[in-house]
Amino acid sequence: MRRLVIGIGNSDRGDDGAGLAAARELARNIPQVVTVVESRGEPAGLIDQWQKADVVFLVDACASGVAPGTIHRFDARLAPLPEHFGAVSTHGFGIGAAVELARAIGSLPASLIVYGIEAGSFEPGAWLSPPVAKAALDVAARIADELACLST
Amino acid sequence: MTRRTIKVDQLARVEGEGALHAQVIDGKVEHVELNIFEPPRFFEAFLQGRDFREAPDITARICGICPVAYQMSSVHAMEAACGVTVGGALRDLRRLLYCGEWIESHVLHIYMLHAPDFLGYEGAVDMARDHAALLQRGLRMKKAGNAIITVIGGREVHPVNVRVGGFYRLPERRELTALHDELNWGRDAALETVQWAAGLPFPDFERDYELVALRPADEYPLNEGRIVSNKGIDTDAAGFEDIFEEIHVAHSTALHGNTKARGAYLVGPLARYSLNFDRLPESVQAAAMEAGLGRECRNPFKSIVVRAVEVLFAFDEALRIIDRYERPAEPSVPVEPRAASGQWATEAPRGLLYHRYDIAADGSIRVAKIVPPTSQNQPSVEEDLRDVIAANLALDDDALRGRCEQTIRNYDPCISCATHFLKLNVRREGGGETCDAS
Repeated sequence: MRRLVIGIGNSDRGDDGAGLAAARELARNIPQVVTVVESRGEPAGLIDQWQKADVVFLVDACASGVAPGTIHRFDARLAPLPEHFGAVSTHGFGIGAAVELARAIGSLPASLIVYGIEAGSFEPGAWLSPPVAKAALDVAARIADELACLST
Repeated sequence: MTRRTIKVDQLARVEGEGALHAQVIDGKVEHVELNIFEPPRFFEAFLQGRDFREAPDITARICGICPVAYQMSSVHAMEAACGVTVGGALRDLRRLLYCGEWIESHVLHIYMLHAPDFLGYEGAVDMARDHAALLQRGLRMKKAGNAIITVIGGREVHPVNVRVGGFYRLPERRELTALHDELNWGRDAALETVQWAAGLPFPDFERDYELVALRPADEYPLNEGRIVSNKGIDTDAAGFEDIFEEIHVAHSTALHGNTKARGAYLVGPLARYSLNFDRLPESVQAAAMEAGLGRECRNPFKSIVVRAVEVLFAFDEALRIIDRYERPAEPSVPVEPRAASGQWATEAPRGLLYHRYDIAADGSIRVAKIVPPTSQNQPSVEEDLRDVIAANLALDDDALRGRCEQTIRNYDPCISCATHFLKLNVRREGGGETCDAS
Protein backbone atom coordinates (compact mmCIF):
# COMPACT_ATOMS: atom_id res chain seq x y z
CA MET A 1 0.00 0.00 0.00
CA ARG A 2 1.55 3.29 -1.09
CA ARG A 3 1.15 6.06 1.46
CA LEU A 4 1.59 9.71 0.86
CA VAL A 5 1.37 12.81 2.99
CA ILE A 6 1.12 16.12 1.18
CA GLY A 7 1.71 19.32 3.09
CA ILE A 8 0.37 22.39 1.34
CA GLY A 9 1.15 26.02 1.99
CA ASN A 10 3.64 28.83 1.97
CA SER A 11 6.10 29.07 4.85
CA ASP A 12 6.60 32.76 4.16
CA ARG A 13 2.99 33.63 4.86
CA GLY A 14 2.53 33.06 8.58
CA ASP A 15 -0.02 30.37 9.39
CA ASP A 16 -0.27 29.42 5.72
CA GLY A 17 2.78 27.26 6.49
CA ALA A 18 0.79 24.99 8.86
CA GLY A 19 0.41 22.13 6.37
CA LEU A 20 4.10 22.22 5.52
CA ALA A 21 5.02 22.18 9.21
CA ALA A 22 2.90 19.08 9.79
CA ALA A 23 4.40 17.33 6.78
CA ARG A 24 7.94 18.18 7.85
CA GLU A 25 7.28 16.78 11.29
CA LEU A 26 6.12 13.50 9.75
CA ALA A 27 9.09 13.44 7.39
CA ARG A 28 11.37 13.72 10.42
CA ASN A 29 9.60 11.08 12.48
CA ILE A 30 8.48 8.31 10.13
CA PRO A 31 10.24 8.74 6.79
CA GLN A 32 10.44 4.97 6.33
CA VAL A 33 6.66 4.61 6.49
CA VAL A 34 5.44 7.36 4.30
CA THR A 35 6.42 9.60 1.44
CA VAL A 36 6.05 13.24 2.36
CA VAL A 37 5.88 15.96 -0.25
CA GLU A 38 5.47 19.69 0.02
CA SER A 39 3.21 21.53 -2.35
CA ARG A 40 2.00 25.03 -3.06
CA GLY A 41 -1.42 23.58 -3.83
CA GLU A 42 -1.27 23.64 -7.61
CA PRO A 43 -4.12 21.29 -8.58
CA ALA A 44 -2.62 19.47 -11.57
CA GLY A 45 0.46 18.70 -9.49
CA LEU A 46 -1.66 17.51 -6.58
CA ILE A 47 -3.73 15.20 -8.75
CA ASP A 48 -0.59 13.82 -10.29
CA GLN A 49 0.91 13.20 -6.86
CA TRP A 50 -2.04 11.41 -5.34
CA GLN A 51 -2.52 9.20 -8.38
CA LYS A 52 0.71 7.53 -7.32
CA ALA A 53 -0.66 6.47 -3.94
CA ASP A 54 -3.44 4.45 -2.37
CA VAL A 55 -3.68 6.30 0.91
CA VAL A 56 -3.21 10.05 0.87
CA PHE A 57 -3.24 12.54 3.71
CA LEU A 58 -3.38 16.16 2.73
CA VAL A 59 -2.73 18.95 5.24
CA ASP A 60 -3.47 22.59 4.54
CA ALA A 61 -4.28 25.79 6.37
CA CYS A 62 -7.87 26.94 6.16
CA ALA A 63 -9.95 29.92 7.20
CA SER A 64 -13.48 29.01 8.27
CA GLY A 65 -13.79 31.62 11.01
CA VAL A 66 -13.26 29.46 14.10
CA ALA A 67 -10.38 29.78 16.58
CA PRO A 68 -6.84 29.59 15.13
CA GLY A 69 -5.36 26.15 15.69
CA THR A 70 -8.68 24.33 15.38
CA ILE A 71 -8.20 21.06 13.54
CA HIS A 72 -10.65 19.91 10.88
CA ARG A 73 -10.69 16.44 9.36
CA PHE A 74 -12.53 15.42 6.20
CA ASP A 75 -12.82 12.22 4.23
CA ALA A 76 -12.73 13.61 0.69
CA ARG A 77 -14.01 10.35 -0.80
CA LEU A 78 -17.29 10.82 1.02
CA ALA A 79 -18.14 14.44 0.25
CA PRO A 80 -16.78 17.64 -1.26
CA LEU A 81 -14.64 19.79 1.01
CA PRO A 82 -16.28 22.83 2.59
CA GLU A 83 -16.10 26.11 0.73
CA HIS A 84 -13.38 27.64 2.88
CA PHE A 85 -10.85 25.20 1.50
CA GLY A 86 -10.99 27.01 -1.79
CA ALA A 87 -10.68 30.46 -0.36
CA VAL A 88 -6.95 30.71 0.23
CA SER A 89 -5.26 29.67 -2.93
CA THR A 90 -3.73 30.91 -6.13
CA HIS A 91 -5.21 30.96 -9.61
CA GLY A 92 -8.74 30.15 -8.67
CA PHE A 93 -8.13 26.53 -7.89
CA GLY A 94 -8.37 25.69 -4.25
CA ILE A 95 -7.83 22.27 -2.76
CA GLY A 96 -11.59 21.74 -2.88
CA ALA A 97 -11.62 22.30 -6.63
CA ALA A 98 -8.65 19.98 -7.08
CA VAL A 99 -10.53 17.26 -5.20
CA GLU A 100 -13.67 17.78 -7.28
CA LEU A 101 -11.70 17.86 -10.52
CA ALA A 102 -10.06 14.58 -9.56
CA ARG A 103 -13.42 13.11 -8.59
CA ALA A 104 -14.91 14.13 -11.94
CA ILE A 105 -12.15 12.51 -13.96
CA GLY A 106 -11.88 9.42 -11.78
CA SER A 107 -8.48 10.28 -10.31
CA LEU A 108 -9.12 10.25 -6.58
CA PRO A 109 -6.98 7.84 -4.57
CA ALA A 110 -8.62 4.95 -2.70
CA SER A 111 -8.37 7.01 0.48
CA LEU A 112 -8.00 10.78 0.71
CA ILE A 113 -8.09 12.31 4.17
CA VAL A 114 -7.80 16.08 4.36
CA TYR A 115 -6.71 17.82 7.53
CA GLY A 116 -7.38 21.53 7.78
CA ILE A 117 -5.64 23.67 10.35
CA GLU A 118 -7.47 26.88 11.10
CA ALA A 119 -5.16 29.80 10.43
CA GLY A 120 -5.11 33.12 12.28
CA SER A 121 -2.81 35.26 10.17
CA PHE A 122 -1.31 35.11 6.71
CA GLU A 123 1.13 37.94 7.33
CA PRO A 124 4.10 37.87 4.95
CA GLY A 125 7.32 36.91 6.67
CA ALA A 126 5.65 35.88 9.94
CA TRP A 127 6.22 32.62 11.83
CA LEU A 128 3.43 30.20 12.61
CA SER A 129 1.35 31.55 15.47
CA PRO A 130 1.69 29.45 18.67
CA PRO A 131 -1.74 27.74 18.50
CA VAL A 132 -1.24 26.90 14.84
CA ALA A 133 2.28 25.59 15.42
CA LYS A 134 0.91 23.30 18.14
CA ALA A 135 -1.95 22.19 15.90
CA ALA A 136 0.53 21.29 13.17
CA LEU A 137 2.34 18.96 15.57
CA ASP A 138 -0.99 17.51 16.73
CA VAL A 139 -2.03 16.82 13.15
CA ALA A 140 1.30 15.12 12.48
CA ALA A 141 0.71 12.90 15.49
CA ARG A 142 -2.84 12.09 14.42
CA ILE A 143 -1.71 11.15 10.92
CA ALA A 144 1.05 8.98 12.38
CA ASP A 145 -1.62 7.24 14.49
CA GLU A 146 -3.88 6.73 11.50
CA LEU A 147 -0.99 5.31 9.48
CA ALA A 148 -0.11 2.98 12.37
CA CYS A 149 -3.70 1.73 12.46
CA LEU A 150 -3.56 1.00 8.73
CA SER A 151 -0.48 -1.12 9.31
CA THR A 152 -2.04 -3.34 11.95
CA MET B 1 -35.96 54.74 -15.77
CA THR B 2 -35.15 51.14 -14.96
CA ARG B 3 -31.82 50.10 -13.63
CA ARG B 4 -30.37 46.64 -13.85
CA THR B 5 -27.37 45.57 -11.80
CA ILE B 6 -25.24 42.56 -12.43
CA LYS B 7 -22.59 41.80 -9.89
CA VAL B 8 -19.85 39.20 -9.87
CA ASP B 9 -17.82 39.32 -6.68
CA GLN B 10 -15.24 36.90 -7.90
CA LEU B 11 -14.32 36.38 -11.48
CA ALA B 12 -12.62 33.04 -11.58
CA ARG B 13 -9.96 31.89 -13.98
CA VAL B 14 -7.74 34.96 -14.13
CA GLU B 15 -4.60 35.63 -12.14
CA GLY B 16 -4.64 38.64 -9.87
CA GLU B 17 -6.97 41.17 -8.36
CA GLY B 18 -8.97 43.46 -10.54
CA ALA B 19 -12.37 44.77 -11.51
CA LEU B 20 -14.15 45.97 -14.57
CA HIS B 21 -15.97 49.27 -14.81
CA ALA B 22 -17.96 50.12 -17.91
CA GLN B 23 -20.66 52.66 -18.72
CA VAL B 24 -23.05 52.59 -21.63
CA ILE B 25 -25.22 55.66 -22.10
CA ASP B 26 -27.89 55.90 -24.77
CA GLY B 27 -26.58 52.75 -26.37
CA LYS B 28 -23.05 54.09 -26.58
CA VAL B 29 -20.14 52.70 -24.58
CA GLU B 30 -18.86 55.78 -22.80
CA HIS B 31 -16.33 54.38 -20.43
CA VAL B 32 -14.42 51.15 -19.87
CA GLU B 33 -11.83 50.61 -17.18
CA LEU B 34 -10.05 47.45 -16.20
CA ASN B 35 -9.32 48.32 -12.58
CA ILE B 36 -6.33 46.56 -11.16
CA PHE B 37 -6.19 47.14 -7.44
CA GLU B 38 -3.62 44.58 -6.47
CA PRO B 39 -0.94 46.29 -4.40
CA PRO B 40 2.26 47.19 -6.25
CA ARG B 41 5.00 44.72 -5.47
CA PHE B 42 8.13 46.88 -5.72
CA PHE B 43 10.35 44.27 -7.32
CA GLU B 44 12.21 46.88 -9.33
CA ALA B 45 12.96 48.82 -6.16
CA PHE B 46 14.31 45.97 -4.14
CA LEU B 47 16.51 44.74 -6.97
CA GLN B 48 18.50 47.96 -6.51
CA GLY B 49 21.78 47.27 -4.77
CA ARG B 50 21.56 43.49 -5.28
CA ASP B 51 24.22 41.62 -7.18
CA PHE B 52 23.59 41.20 -10.91
CA ARG B 53 23.72 37.42 -10.51
CA GLU B 54 20.73 37.48 -8.17
CA ALA B 55 18.31 38.91 -10.74
CA PRO B 56 17.10 35.57 -12.22
CA ASP B 57 16.20 34.11 -8.83
CA ILE B 58 14.62 37.29 -7.48
CA THR B 59 12.57 38.08 -10.59
CA ALA B 60 11.41 34.45 -10.92
CA ARG B 61 9.38 35.15 -7.80
CA ILE B 62 7.25 37.67 -9.65
CA CYS B 63 5.23 34.88 -11.21
CA GLY B 64 4.45 31.30 -10.21
CA ILE B 65 3.23 30.41 -13.68
CA CYS B 66 5.91 32.04 -15.80
CA PRO B 67 9.07 32.21 -13.66
CA VAL B 68 11.17 30.96 -16.59
CA ALA B 69 10.19 34.03 -18.59
CA TYR B 70 11.52 36.30 -15.84
CA GLN B 71 14.68 34.26 -15.54
CA MET B 72 15.27 34.31 -19.28
CA SER B 73 14.70 38.04 -19.74
CA SER B 74 16.91 38.84 -16.74
CA VAL B 75 19.88 36.61 -17.63
CA HIS B 76 19.90 37.80 -21.22
CA ALA B 77 19.69 41.44 -20.15
CA MET B 78 22.60 40.92 -17.75
CA GLU B 79 24.62 39.15 -20.42
CA ALA B 80 23.86 42.00 -22.83
CA ALA B 81 25.13 44.47 -20.22
CA CYS B 82 28.30 42.44 -19.74
CA GLY B 83 28.91 41.83 -23.43
CA VAL B 84 28.45 38.06 -23.30
CA THR B 85 26.55 35.86 -25.74
CA VAL B 86 25.51 32.35 -24.72
CA GLY B 87 25.25 29.97 -27.66
CA GLY B 88 25.34 26.33 -28.63
CA ALA B 89 23.83 23.69 -26.37
CA LEU B 90 23.33 26.17 -23.51
CA ARG B 91 21.20 28.30 -25.80
CA ASP B 92 19.24 25.21 -26.82
CA LEU B 93 18.66 24.24 -23.20
CA ARG B 94 17.28 27.69 -22.50
CA ARG B 95 14.87 27.27 -25.40
CA LEU B 96 13.92 23.85 -24.10
CA LEU B 97 13.24 25.22 -20.62
CA TYR B 98 11.05 27.92 -22.13
CA CYS B 99 9.16 25.28 -24.15
CA GLY B 100 8.35 23.57 -20.85
CA GLU B 101 6.91 26.80 -19.50
CA TRP B 102 4.87 27.51 -22.61
CA ILE B 103 3.39 24.02 -22.46
CA GLU B 104 2.60 24.26 -18.77
CA SER B 105 1.14 27.76 -18.92
CA HIS B 106 -0.76 27.46 -22.21
CA VAL B 107 -2.24 24.05 -21.40
CA LEU B 108 -3.44 25.29 -18.02
CA HIS B 109 -5.16 28.20 -19.70
CA ILE B 110 -6.58 26.27 -22.62
CA TYR B 111 -8.09 23.40 -20.67
CA MET B 112 -8.81 24.72 -17.22
CA LEU B 113 -9.34 28.46 -17.55
CA HIS B 114 -10.53 29.24 -21.07
CA ALA B 115 -12.32 26.16 -22.42
CA PRO B 116 -15.20 26.43 -19.92
CA ASP B 117 -16.11 29.79 -21.52
CA PHE B 118 -16.64 28.18 -24.89
CA LEU B 119 -18.38 25.05 -23.65
CA GLY B 120 -20.74 26.82 -21.28
CA TYR B 121 -19.43 25.76 -17.89
CA GLU B 122 -18.73 27.70 -14.73
CA GLY B 123 -15.26 26.23 -14.51
CA ALA B 124 -13.02 23.27 -15.12
CA VAL B 125 -14.64 21.15 -12.42
CA ASP B 126 -18.09 21.43 -13.98
CA MET B 127 -16.59 20.83 -17.38
CA ALA B 128 -14.71 17.76 -16.15
CA ARG B 129 -17.94 16.04 -15.18
CA ASP B 130 -18.96 15.96 -18.85
CA HIS B 131 -15.51 15.99 -20.46
CA ALA B 132 -13.33 13.84 -18.24
CA ALA B 133 -11.14 12.56 -21.07
CA LEU B 134 -10.49 16.10 -22.25
CA LEU B 135 -9.33 17.24 -18.82
CA GLN B 136 -7.23 14.12 -18.37
CA ARG B 137 -5.49 14.89 -21.63
CA GLY B 138 -4.86 18.47 -20.53
CA LEU B 139 -3.47 17.45 -17.16
CA ARG B 140 -1.12 14.93 -18.74
CA MET B 141 0.10 17.49 -21.27
CA LYS B 142 0.73 20.01 -18.52
CA LYS B 143 2.66 17.40 -16.59
CA ALA B 144 4.91 16.87 -19.61
CA GLY B 145 5.73 20.57 -19.57
CA ASN B 146 6.38 20.45 -15.84
CA ALA B 147 8.76 17.52 -16.38
CA ILE B 148 10.93 19.59 -18.72
CA ILE B 149 11.14 22.38 -16.15
CA THR B 150 11.96 19.94 -13.36
CA VAL B 151 14.79 18.30 -15.31
CA ILE B 152 16.41 21.53 -16.49
CA GLY B 153 15.29 23.96 -13.81
CA GLY B 154 15.70 21.71 -10.79
CA ARG B 155 12.07 21.92 -9.71
CA GLU B 156 8.65 22.64 -11.20
CA VAL B 157 7.90 25.99 -9.63
CA HIS B 158 10.44 28.79 -9.39
CA PRO B 159 13.27 26.78 -10.93
CA VAL B 160 16.64 27.25 -9.25
CA ASN B 161 19.11 26.12 -11.89
CA VAL B 162 19.28 29.20 -14.12
CA ARG B 163 22.23 31.54 -13.80
CA VAL B 164 23.71 34.47 -15.66
CA GLY B 165 25.93 32.76 -18.23
CA GLY B 166 24.02 29.47 -18.39
CA PHE B 167 23.09 26.96 -15.71
CA TYR B 168 24.47 25.64 -12.43
CA ARG B 169 24.09 22.00 -13.43
CA LEU B 170 23.60 20.48 -16.85
CA PRO B 171 21.28 17.55 -17.41
CA GLU B 172 22.80 14.29 -18.58
CA ARG B 173 21.73 13.20 -22.02
CA ARG B 174 19.83 10.26 -20.53
CA GLU B 175 17.79 12.63 -18.32
CA LEU B 176 16.52 14.38 -21.42
CA THR B 177 16.00 11.27 -23.54
CA ALA B 178 13.91 9.90 -20.67
CA LEU B 179 11.40 12.65 -21.52
CA HIS B 180 11.21 11.66 -25.17
CA ASP B 181 8.29 9.23 -25.18
CA GLU B 182 6.04 11.44 -23.11
CA LEU B 183 6.86 14.48 -25.23
CA ASN B 184 6.12 12.44 -28.32
CA TRP B 185 2.73 11.60 -26.85
CA GLY B 186 2.38 15.28 -25.98
CA ARG B 187 2.97 16.33 -29.57
CA ASP B 188 0.16 14.05 -30.74
CA ALA B 189 -2.06 15.31 -27.94
CA ALA B 190 -1.23 18.89 -28.91
CA LEU B 191 -2.29 18.22 -32.49
CA GLU B 192 -5.57 16.83 -31.18
CA THR B 193 -5.87 19.93 -29.02
CA VAL B 194 -5.49 22.20 -32.06
CA GLN B 195 -8.18 20.25 -33.90
CA TRP B 196 -10.50 20.26 -30.91
CA ALA B 197 -10.00 23.98 -30.20
CA ALA B 198 -10.69 24.81 -33.85
CA GLY B 199 -14.20 23.40 -33.44
CA LEU B 200 -15.18 25.68 -30.55
CA PRO B 201 -17.76 28.40 -31.20
CA PHE B 202 -16.07 31.77 -31.78
CA PRO B 203 -17.76 35.17 -31.77
CA ASP B 204 -17.26 36.98 -35.04
CA PHE B 205 -14.94 39.68 -33.72
CA GLU B 206 -11.71 41.19 -35.00
CA ARG B 207 -9.79 44.34 -34.27
CA ASP B 208 -7.07 46.18 -36.11
CA TYR B 209 -4.42 45.65 -33.44
CA GLU B 210 -0.88 46.86 -33.55
CA LEU B 211 0.68 43.43 -33.05
CA VAL B 212 4.06 43.44 -31.32
CA ALA B 213 6.34 40.44 -30.92
CA LEU B 214 9.89 39.27 -31.25
CA ARG B 215 10.95 38.12 -34.67
CA PRO B 216 14.15 36.06 -34.83
CA ALA B 217 16.10 35.42 -38.01
CA ASP B 218 15.18 31.79 -38.50
CA GLU B 219 13.09 30.33 -35.69
CA TYR B 220 9.86 30.87 -33.78
CA PRO B 221 10.53 33.43 -31.03
CA LEU B 222 11.34 32.47 -27.45
CA ASN B 223 14.54 34.06 -26.17
CA GLU B 224 15.60 36.46 -28.85
CA GLY B 225 14.71 38.42 -31.94
CA ARG B 226 14.04 41.95 -33.03
CA ILE B 227 10.96 43.64 -31.64
CA VAL B 228 8.67 44.19 -34.59
CA SER B 229 5.08 45.21 -35.25
CA ASN B 230 2.69 45.08 -38.18
CA LYS B 231 2.70 48.89 -38.16
CA GLY B 232 6.34 49.51 -38.74
CA ILE B 233 8.20 48.94 -35.48
CA ASP B 234 11.51 47.17 -35.97
CA THR B 235 14.04 47.60 -33.20
CA ASP B 236 16.41 45.75 -30.96
CA ALA B 237 15.66 45.64 -27.24
CA ALA B 238 17.88 48.67 -26.65
CA GLY B 239 15.34 50.74 -28.56
CA PHE B 240 12.30 49.52 -26.61
CA GLU B 241 12.01 52.51 -24.32
CA ASP B 242 12.29 54.93 -27.25
CA ILE B 243 9.19 53.43 -28.83
CA PHE B 244 7.09 52.21 -25.92
CA GLU B 245 6.07 53.92 -22.72
CA GLU B 246 4.34 52.98 -19.53
CA ILE B 247 1.84 55.37 -18.06
CA HIS B 248 0.12 55.39 -14.73
CA VAL B 249 -3.65 55.60 -14.76
CA ALA B 250 -5.69 56.26 -11.66
CA HIS B 251 -7.79 53.13 -11.90
CA SER B 252 -4.94 50.64 -11.99
CA THR B 253 -1.94 49.81 -9.84
CA ALA B 254 -0.39 48.20 -12.91
CA LEU B 255 1.15 50.55 -15.45
CA HIS B 256 -0.43 50.78 -18.90
CA GLY B 257 1.79 50.11 -21.89
CA ASN B 258 1.44 52.16 -25.06
CA THR B 259 3.44 52.90 -28.14
CA LYS B 260 4.41 56.54 -27.94
CA ALA B 261 3.21 57.08 -31.48
CA ARG B 262 -0.03 55.14 -31.68
CA GLY B 263 -1.25 54.02 -28.25
CA ALA B 264 -2.52 50.56 -27.46
CA TYR B 265 -0.80 47.49 -28.83
CA LEU B 266 -1.11 43.75 -28.47
CA VAL B 267 1.50 41.27 -27.30
CA GLY B 268 1.08 37.54 -26.83
CA PRO B 269 0.08 34.51 -28.88
CA LEU B 270 -1.91 36.36 -31.56
CA ALA B 271 0.94 38.80 -32.18
CA ARG B 272 3.66 36.15 -32.10
CA TYR B 273 1.77 33.89 -34.45
CA SER B 274 0.73 36.57 -36.91
CA LEU B 275 4.22 38.07 -37.10
CA ASN B 276 6.06 34.74 -37.20
CA PHE B 277 3.86 32.26 -39.06
CA ASP B 278 6.69 31.68 -41.52
CA ARG B 279 8.99 30.79 -38.61
CA LEU B 280 6.89 27.79 -37.55
CA PRO B 281 7.87 24.30 -38.72
CA GLU B 282 5.92 23.21 -41.78
CA SER B 283 3.97 20.56 -39.87
CA VAL B 284 2.81 23.14 -37.34
CA GLN B 285 1.89 25.59 -40.11
CA ALA B 286 -0.17 22.83 -41.73
CA ALA B 287 -2.00 22.10 -38.47
CA ALA B 288 -2.76 25.80 -38.05
CA MET B 289 -4.08 26.13 -41.59
CA GLU B 290 -6.22 23.02 -41.16
CA ALA B 291 -7.60 24.62 -38.01
CA GLY B 292 -8.72 27.53 -40.17
CA LEU B 293 -6.44 30.12 -38.64
CA GLY B 294 -4.83 31.55 -41.75
CA ARG B 295 -1.40 33.16 -41.57
CA GLU B 296 -2.67 35.90 -39.29
CA CYS B 297 -5.26 35.92 -36.55
CA ARG B 298 -6.89 39.04 -35.15
CA ASN B 299 -9.84 37.44 -33.40
CA PRO B 300 -8.86 37.45 -29.70
CA PHE B 301 -11.39 34.71 -28.95
CA LYS B 302 -9.37 32.44 -31.23
CA SER B 303 -6.34 32.90 -29.00
CA ILE B 304 -7.24 29.48 -27.57
CA VAL B 305 -6.50 27.94 -30.99
CA VAL B 306 -3.30 29.93 -31.36
CA ARG B 307 -2.17 28.81 -27.91
CA ALA B 308 -2.83 25.23 -28.96
CA VAL B 309 -0.71 25.78 -32.08
CA GLU B 310 2.06 27.17 -29.89
CA VAL B 311 1.81 24.15 -27.61
CA LEU B 312 2.23 21.93 -30.68
CA PHE B 313 5.27 23.99 -31.64
CA ALA B 314 6.69 23.75 -28.12
CA PHE B 315 6.43 19.95 -28.03
CA ASP B 316 7.94 19.79 -31.50
CA GLU B 317 10.80 22.10 -30.59
CA ALA B 318 11.43 20.30 -27.29
CA LEU B 319 11.77 16.98 -29.11
CA ARG B 320 14.08 18.53 -31.69
CA ILE B 321 16.37 19.91 -28.98
CA ILE B 322 16.35 16.73 -26.90
CA ASP B 323 17.13 14.52 -29.87
CA ARG B 324 20.31 16.42 -30.73
CA TYR B 325 21.45 17.29 -27.21
CA GLU B 326 25.08 16.66 -26.34
CA ARG B 327 26.09 17.70 -22.87
CA PRO B 328 28.52 20.63 -23.07
CA ALA B 329 31.76 20.58 -21.10
CA GLU B 330 30.81 23.54 -18.93
CA PRO B 331 27.40 24.49 -17.53
CA SER B 332 27.96 28.20 -18.02
CA VAL B 333 30.22 30.75 -19.58
CA PRO B 334 32.04 33.29 -17.40
CA VAL B 335 30.35 36.67 -17.08
CA GLU B 336 32.29 39.53 -15.55
CA PRO B 337 30.35 42.63 -14.54
CA ARG B 338 31.08 46.06 -15.93
CA ALA B 339 29.39 49.41 -15.61
CA ALA B 340 26.77 49.16 -18.31
CA SER B 341 23.11 48.98 -19.17
CA GLY B 342 21.58 45.82 -20.59
CA GLN B 343 18.16 45.49 -22.23
CA TRP B 344 16.45 42.34 -23.38
CA ALA B 345 13.02 40.98 -24.25
CA THR B 346 11.83 37.40 -24.41
CA GLU B 347 8.44 35.91 -25.20
CA ALA B 348 6.62 34.96 -22.00
CA PRO B 349 3.54 32.81 -22.62
CA ARG B 350 1.43 35.99 -22.38
CA GLY B 351 3.73 38.07 -24.56
CA LEU B 352 6.78 40.28 -24.66
CA LEU B 353 8.63 40.60 -21.35
CA TYR B 354 11.16 43.45 -21.33
CA HIS B 355 13.91 43.89 -18.74
CA ARG B 356 16.52 46.61 -18.38
CA TYR B 357 19.28 46.67 -15.79
CA ASP B 358 21.84 49.37 -15.20
CA ILE B 359 24.71 47.81 -13.26
CA ALA B 360 27.83 49.22 -11.68
CA ALA B 361 31.38 47.99 -12.25
CA ASP B 362 31.14 45.85 -9.11
CA GLY B 363 28.03 44.13 -10.49
CA SER B 364 25.53 45.81 -8.19
CA ILE B 365 22.21 46.70 -9.77
CA ARG B 366 21.61 50.45 -9.96
CA VAL B 367 18.33 50.46 -11.87
CA ALA B 368 15.92 47.71 -12.82
CA LYS B 369 12.98 48.13 -15.17
CA ILE B 370 10.56 45.32 -15.92
CA VAL B 371 7.68 45.61 -18.38
CA PRO B 372 5.46 42.51 -18.23
CA PRO B 373 3.03 41.51 -20.97
CA THR B 374 -0.15 42.06 -18.97
CA SER B 375 0.76 45.74 -18.44
CA GLN B 376 1.32 46.12 -22.13
CA ASN B 377 -1.99 44.48 -22.96
CA GLN B 378 -4.17 46.40 -20.52
CA PRO B 379 -5.17 49.17 -22.94
CA SER B 380 -5.99 46.51 -25.55
CA VAL B 381 -8.14 44.62 -23.07
CA GLU B 382 -10.10 47.80 -22.44
CA GLU B 383 -10.48 48.49 -26.16
CA ASP B 384 -11.64 44.91 -26.74
CA LEU B 385 -14.18 45.27 -23.95
CA ARG B 386 -15.44 48.54 -25.41
CA ASP B 387 -16.07 46.92 -28.79
CA VAL B 388 -17.42 43.67 -27.35
CA ILE B 389 -19.94 45.52 -25.18
CA ALA B 390 -20.97 47.76 -28.09
CA ALA B 391 -21.49 44.75 -30.33
CA ASN B 392 -23.46 42.80 -27.74
CA LEU B 393 -25.83 45.28 -26.11
CA ALA B 394 -28.72 43.07 -27.15
CA LEU B 395 -27.51 40.31 -24.83
CA ASP B 396 -29.11 40.00 -21.43
CA ASP B 397 -27.03 40.91 -18.39
CA ASP B 398 -25.79 37.42 -17.65
CA ALA B 399 -24.74 36.78 -21.22
CA LEU B 400 -23.07 40.19 -21.57
CA ARG B 401 -21.22 39.75 -18.31
CA GLY B 402 -20.08 36.31 -19.42
CA ARG B 403 -18.88 37.68 -22.73
CA CYS B 404 -16.92 40.43 -20.91
CA GLU B 405 -15.27 37.87 -18.65
CA GLN B 406 -14.40 35.74 -21.64
CA THR B 407 -12.94 38.80 -23.36
CA ILE B 408 -10.64 39.39 -20.40
CA ARG B 409 -9.68 35.72 -20.23
CA ASN B 410 -8.74 35.79 -23.93
CA TYR B 411 -5.58 37.46 -22.67
CA ASP B 412 -4.79 34.89 -19.98
CA PRO B 413 -4.09 37.95 -17.82
CA CYS B 414 -1.51 37.39 -15.15
CA ILE B 415 -2.32 40.24 -12.81
CA SER B 416 -0.40 38.47 -10.12
CA CYS B 417 0.16 34.99 -8.84
CA ALA B 418 -0.50 35.63 -5.21
CA THR B 419 -4.26 35.90 -5.17
CA HIS B 420 -6.92 35.94 -7.74
CA PHE B 421 -10.23 37.58 -8.00
CA LEU B 422 -11.85 40.22 -10.08
CA LYS B 423 -15.02 42.00 -9.11
CA LEU B 424 -17.35 42.77 -11.92
CA ASN B 425 -20.57 44.69 -11.61
CA VAL B 426 -22.53 45.65 -14.66
CA ARG B 427 -25.18 48.26 -14.04
CA ARG B 428 -27.52 49.30 -16.76
CA GLU B 429 -30.00 52.11 -16.70
CA GLY B 430 -32.99 51.89 -18.96
CA GLY B 431 -33.82 54.80 -21.26
CA GLY B 432 -30.34 56.20 -21.04
CA GLU B 433 -29.19 52.57 -20.76
CA THR B 434 -26.21 52.62 -18.44
CA CYS B 435 -23.94 49.68 -18.00
CA ASP B 436 -21.76 50.06 -14.98
CA ALA B 437 -19.40 47.49 -13.69
CA SER B 438 -17.06 47.97 -10.78
